[in-house]
Amino acid sequence: MSNYKSKYKKNKRNIFLIQISIASIFFLVWEILARCKIINTFITSSPSNIVETIINLYQNQNLFYHIWVTLSETLIAFTLTLIISIIISIILYKNDIIAKIMDPYLTMLNSLPKVALGPILIIWIGANEKSIITMGILITIIVSIQTIYNGFKSTSATKIKLMRTFKASDKDIFLKLIFPQNLRIIVSTLKINTALCLVGIIMGEFLTSKAGIGYLILYGSQVFNLDLVMAGVLILIILSTLIYNFIRIIEKRLEKC
Amino acid sequence: MDTLVQIKNLSKTYESIDGKVNAIKDVTFDIYKNEFLTIIGSSGCGKSTILNILDQLDKEYQGTIEFTEDINIGYMLQEDALFEWLTVEENALLGLKILKKLNDETRKYTISLLDKYGLKDFKDKYPKSLSGGMRQRVALIRTLATKPKILLMDEPFSALDYQTRLQVSDDVYRIIKQEGMTVVMVSHDLAESISVSDRIIVLSKRPATIKNIYKIELSNKSTPIENRKAKEFAYYYDILWKDLDKNV
Ligand SMILES: Nc1ncnc2c1ncn2[C@@H]1O[C@H](COP(=O)(O)OP(=O)(O)OP(=O)(O)O)[C@@H](O)[C@H]1O
Ligand SMILES: [Mg+2]
Repeated sequence: MSNYKSKYKKNKRNIFLIQISIASIFFLVWEILARCKIINTFITSSPSNIVETIINLYQNQNLFYHIWVTLSETLIAFTLTLIISIIISIILYKNDIIAKIMDPYLTMLNSLPKVALGPILIIWIGANEKSIITMGILITIIVSIQTIYNGFKSTSATKIKLMRTFKASDKDIFLKLIFPQNLRIIVSTLKINTALCLVGIIMGEFLTSKAGIGYLILYGSQVFNLDLVMAGVLILIILSTLIYNFIRIIEKRLEKC
Repeated sequence: MDTLVQIKNLSKTYESIDGKVNAIKDVTFDIYKNEFLTIIGSSGCGKSTILNILDQLDKEYQGTIEFTEDINIGYMLQEDALFEWLTVEENALLGLKILKKLNDETRKYTISLLDKYGLKDFKDKYPKSLSGGMRQRVALIRTLATKPKILLMDEPFSALDYQTRLQVSDDVYRIIKQEGMTVVMVSHDLAESISVSDRIIVLSKRPATIKNIYKIELSNKSTPIENRKAKEFAYYYDILWKDLDKNV
């Protein structure tokens, strides 16, 4: 038993070491190739240039302000998506006819590339933060509605019958059965949503923005500063990983009970 | 005997895209106060349908049901339907909570039932760590906790092994008598039905009609386990078995 456990732990540590090595070697090779002028840093940038750019951003240009702008836009879009999709899911769950009517539209909207709506948003809402947040919502909302609604629909008929034997009202059935039963589905939707939402926000920032990581990347590419572009991408990777892990911690908590 | 419920000409047809299913037809019987009434019949004949209608879960039927008193009904379903995200104790208290009857006294009563039925060490565990028999006991306690006047039970002991089954049916029988409950039970098990019942209704195969109603009169009637030793036991077993046999 303990033998198995130590073997398992050792395995896990080895995998982790290999993962770290791959990243390290990648950056190392990149740096060496840049230093030996085998690749053109004007186009590819280099790890040391990226680090320097980030430090520079931090010292002179409010690095955390840009991060905060993107993060807050993501959080707002994410929260609104969650609230709206739960409300719409409840409406669809309660009205089978509406759900059936809406079904092909949801499928259609789901397969529509949302970026295409960007120019329309700018004209309708304006070149401001609202358009960016709307983009974040658009990109996630259809999938959220479909997942949460399907979760609601799959609530066991026997459990609903049981609730009815205790004369439960529709509200009881929702609050004590359907919602807790689907909490896990909702949280795992959230996990996918945060990543998707960030995609939407960056897309929005590409369309119109005065600050944010998307703005940094776009600005960098316009002035052909690849160091800034790569720094932006690296920050995004770190940011999305942090958000993802945060949701995973919540999910783990839920699994325990 | 006082009549508690009068069921007259009950019929039910399920309608679905695949067509109509005549589940029960022209079922008429009375339920007497404090009696233990068991319904037996071949599988799929319409037993659960009758219980669903009695509990008013299913309101689409022909015929009439008249209650002579205003009484609360408890219904233990065929499936345990425990909530995986609630502990055993929370599951057992669920019915009380929804009926808004949860207070110190009812909570204590429920916990005493859990303790008595071998679930003392499982109160804070989740249903996934319970055996089939234990799950069924929690489901039974969840209904018993609400102290219904009429208790409807759909194959309440089917997931228990033989030994536990004898013991639990003995215990449940005692609680039922103590609380002055009236019981309508659905069962597959002839011996069990004879040992607990005052009357047994035999249903025909689908659409279920009442084939026979037997009054079970055992000499020295006592607990279910003891009742199995009564000299009339074999006689009833024989006629019920023949009745059911002709069904299939
Ligand atoms: N909601 C429904 N829609 C259509 N048909 C149904 C429905 N519920 C039950 N039936 C059918 O009605 C008949 C009687 O069902 P019921 O569940 O009352 O039988 P049962 O005697 O309780 O069976 P079992 O012994 O399997 O518990 C069955 O043939 C079943 O397939
Ligand atoms: Mg049944």
